Amino acid sequence: MTADALFSLLPLILLALTAVGLVLLIGFYRNLQLSFALAMGGLLLALVSLLPVAGVLPQQATPLLIMDSYALFFSGLTLVTALLLLPLCHEHWRRQTSLNDEFYLLFLLAVMGALVLVASNHFVSLFLGLELLSLPLVIMVGYPFKPGFTPSLEAAVKYLVLSGAASAMLLFGIALIYLHSGTLAFAPLEPGLIRLPGPQNPLLLTGLILALAGIAFKLSLVPFHFWTPDVYQGAPLPATALLATLAKGALFALLLRFYLLSEGYLIGPLVWALTLIAIASMLAGNLLALLQDNLKRLLAYSSIGHFGYLLVALLAVSQSLGTALAVEAVSYYLVAYLFSTLAAFAVLVRLSGEDREAETLEDCRGLFWRHPWLATTLTLAMLSLAGIPLTIGFVGKFYIFAAAVEESLWLVLLVVVIASGIGLFYYLRVILMMTHQDAGPESDEASAPHWSSHTVTGILVAATLWFGVYPAPLITLIRHLTLAVN
Amino acid sequence: MLSWLITLLLGGGLLAAGLGRLHPQAARWVALAVLGLALLWLLPLLGRATGGPWQPGEGAWLLLEQHAWIPRFGIQLLLGLDGLSLLLLLLTLVLGLVAVAASWWEIEQQEGFYYANLLWSLAGVVGVFTALDLFLFFFFWEVMLIPMYFLIGIWGHEARHYAAIKFFIYTQASSLLMLVGILGLAFLHQQEQGSYSFSYFDLLGSGDRSPHGFWLMLGFFIAFVVKLPAFPLHTWLPDAHTQAPTAGSIILAGVLLKTGAYGLIRFLIPLFPDSLTSFGPIAMGLGVAGILYAAVVAFAQTDLKRLIAYTSISHMGFVLLGVYAWNSLALQGAVLQMLTHGLSSAALFMLAGALQQRLHTRELSRMGGLWRYAPRIGFIALFFAMASLGMPGLGNFVAEFLVLAGSFQVNLPMTLIAALGLITAAVYALIMIQKAFHGPAPSAPALVDFDRREVTAMAVMMLGLLWMGLYPQPLIDSLGPVLDQLQRTAAVSLETVHWSQR
Repeated sequence: MTADALFSLLPLILLALTAVGLVLLIGFYRNLQLSFALAMGGLLLALVSLLPVAGVLPQQATPLLIMDSYALFFSGLTLVTALLLLPLCHEHWRRQTSLNDEFYLLFLLAVMGALVLVASNHFVSLFLGLELLSLPLVIMVGYPFKPGFTPSLEAAVKYLVLSGAASAMLLFGIALIYLHSGTLAFAPLEPGLIRLPGPQNPLLLTGLILALAGIAFKLSLVPFHFWTPDVYQGAPLPATALLATLAKGALFALLLRFYLLSEGYLIGPLVWALTLIAIASMLAGNLLALLQDNLKRLLAYSSIGHFGYLLVALLAVSQSLGTALAVEAVSYYLVAYLFSTLAAFAVLVRLSGEDREAETLEDCRGLFWRHPWLATTLTLAMLSLAGIPLTIGFVGKFYIFAAAVEESLWLVLLVVVIASGIGLFYYLRVILMMTHQDAGPESDEASAPHWSSHTVTGILVAATLWFGVYPAPLITLIRHLTLAVN
Repeated sequence: MLSWLITLLLGGGLLAAGLGRLHPQAARWVALAVLGLALLWLLPLLGRATGGPWQPGEGAWLLLEQHAWIPRFGIQLLLGLDGLSLLLLLLTLVLGLVAVAASWWEIEQQEGFYYANLLWSLAGVVGVFTALDLFLFFFFWEVMLIPMYFLIGIWGHEARHYAAIKFFIYTQASSLLMLVGILGLAFLHQQEQGSYSFSYFDLLGSGDRSPHGFWLMLGFFIAFVVKLPAFPLHTWLPDAHTQAPTAGSIILAGVLLKTGAYGLIRFLIPLFPDSLTSFGPIAMGLGVAGILYAAVVAFAQTDLKRLIAYTSISHMGFVLLGVYAWNSLALQGAVLQMLTHGLSSAALFMLAGALQQRLHTRELSRMGGLWRYAPRIGFIALFFAMASLGMPGLGNFVAEFLVLAGSFQVNLPMTLIAALGLITAAVYALIMIQKAFHGPAPSAPALVDFDRREVTAMAVMMLGLLWMGLYPQPLIDSLGPVLDQLQRTAAVSLETVHWSQR
């Protein structure tokens, strides 16, 4: 490995060092504020280190990891998301009396897993990254540790068992793919044979479908979504937010890279499977969200729908028209989804008290008149998730439409329209609840918010509006960075 | 220039929201000042629109403004103003002032946010009437919805949540179909010319060349007729109108419905000229069906606002008929109908709102004999009912007459059936007056007659209708170049298509 290749892994190394430092710190001196500062510092350093790293790209650092500009963009996105998320976690934990410093350690490990995922072009690093991401998540879902039975414990066990099963499926799928192709690196799967009509290698297809099922499980796509609402609801808010944003975003970036490098779009049955999953996710996610009175469950189902939309952009990858628009669409939509979802979670965190999380629709009743700024933030988040103009979500939705129209995916597009129509209903319900004139519950914002979570909320609102009204700079950045994926 | 107008309204909204938190009554004055300023700024342009002789081929644009926005997709901030846009903008701002007058005492909660939403919604409408980039048009199309959704959802009547959500889902889902249509055209341009464009001027007539032209056109059509609304897609309207606060109903009926008609005239037919022949009869059929169906349903209503809402559907049927007849007479009629209906329906909704505020009911069965207690309200109601039924001398008559005269040349049977609408209009207008203002009063209501503020707002609209009814020529003149230009554009692209097919 050359020095440059080692250098290109600088963000990962920095994060690992921070994690080690945090272990030592917690071992000698427990202080939530200090642990938070250290974790923030490590993340910030890693983000800044992307700048010099950008100069030496692309680098194949060991056969497992590739640092190209695609990885750079998604590393940046992961780190920004983490930096926005960590203050929200801090806001949550500083309201608790129990000792929760280790949460930040697990958080850092999960971010490292995400960084490995977005830079992976090899099945081994895929699996490593995925486990590095999932295992800390299991513990985070089970937080805070209390004696006896808690909903978070139930959620953690559920997540552990099902996630383990999914990993096993993924591994078996990888083994079958390896049996066929003889390499664990992402490479075109059926060179030469692919354009022939007729039956394709059944082992390869089985492997692909199994691997897809494993990944679809972690992305909670229909029909592998059953764990999502329960885990979302049971987990503490910071863990839910991490699960919904960072974990899923990084994995989808990996899925896109795999799809492109393995030329999965040439394998008919795989495309069909993805189409069916996309349609089912959009419809089921949005329809089931209609029935929810719990905001965490609502966001769980809505995220199922959103990853259905993202799959539509993935399906727009094809040989004929090039991959540019689809890759851009996925990237932009992910940014939009991450920011809007984070904004929604930011409000929920701010509204929670020590013993009780704000998670039901009732908690939002009359919020407009009690906390105009929080209500505005949540409104923007909901409008953005619904894809209404002036918000970043609209440009994302526009991209999905554009990619699908370019590929003439009319049927899928019709489903997007229908699902968006259904989606409006429950997003608007949240907004209407906030406009109720009668006062709601009094138990909000028990203590004054930490300045960092204030800042994060402000940044999220500004980004949602700014990139919704003037998306050109972000588009330029995405085009500049992500199109080098091949 | 035009972007400043939109910025003024948006900024005014922010200011109203901000000041409203400090002092509740400041918001209404801000709204009044902003709208008045905008109106004063636009009025001089009316002179230019009606004045100059037009050089053929010069185009009818009074103002045109262009900035880059999202270069990746060739999306621009392209705003233009011609006679058609100008008249609709004037209508928008006048009705905006009327809406402020109507809400002056009606709104007592969260006034700052209320007037902010009112101004933002109008800003969206101004954007819709001036945008010439299809993406920008879609953008504003949605921008005007959200504040209206809040207006209905927060300050509406008893079933406001149901009505607001229904309104939003209808319009939003249909506008996504339009987005597909817009993108279809932009990609067609990319295939033909190598670059994306959403510019109106680049895409004119291109829809007919697309292999999926019909479906793209249908996407636009559904979005526009939901807004219009036309017969099978109208069911959101009675709910939204009935539940909205008075000002919401005024803006909805007076302005928002016109955006659908405007979209048909400005965008749908120039983009897809072929649809005139292939789809025209169906659209005219829907228009005629709407005229009669809504008139009959209006007659059966017992809720005053609901009755007026159905009359709106009926009147907008004439617009649909006139647009698809697509000749000078019919188009002039359609645009005049948009203006006159804007005034007359706004006035009727303001009346209904005033009655509801005073009597705490919209039920016609609980009214009756009101003329005795409030002769001013009675007279004004009679005036606008006469306008609504198309009495000669008032604008609505001129408009409907022109539409019928124009469509007579195109489709005789449709015209004959549509003319029946004038009779049904008389029935529902008179039954409304009869039930509300004549006959025995159920109990002597504590009814306060219109005050000066309300009479002024009403007088403005009455004068407007009289002017359009007695001397509509200046308006027709200012529309002339625009409508000629649109017809020429459609005709030219039609010829090219037929030529290339040959």
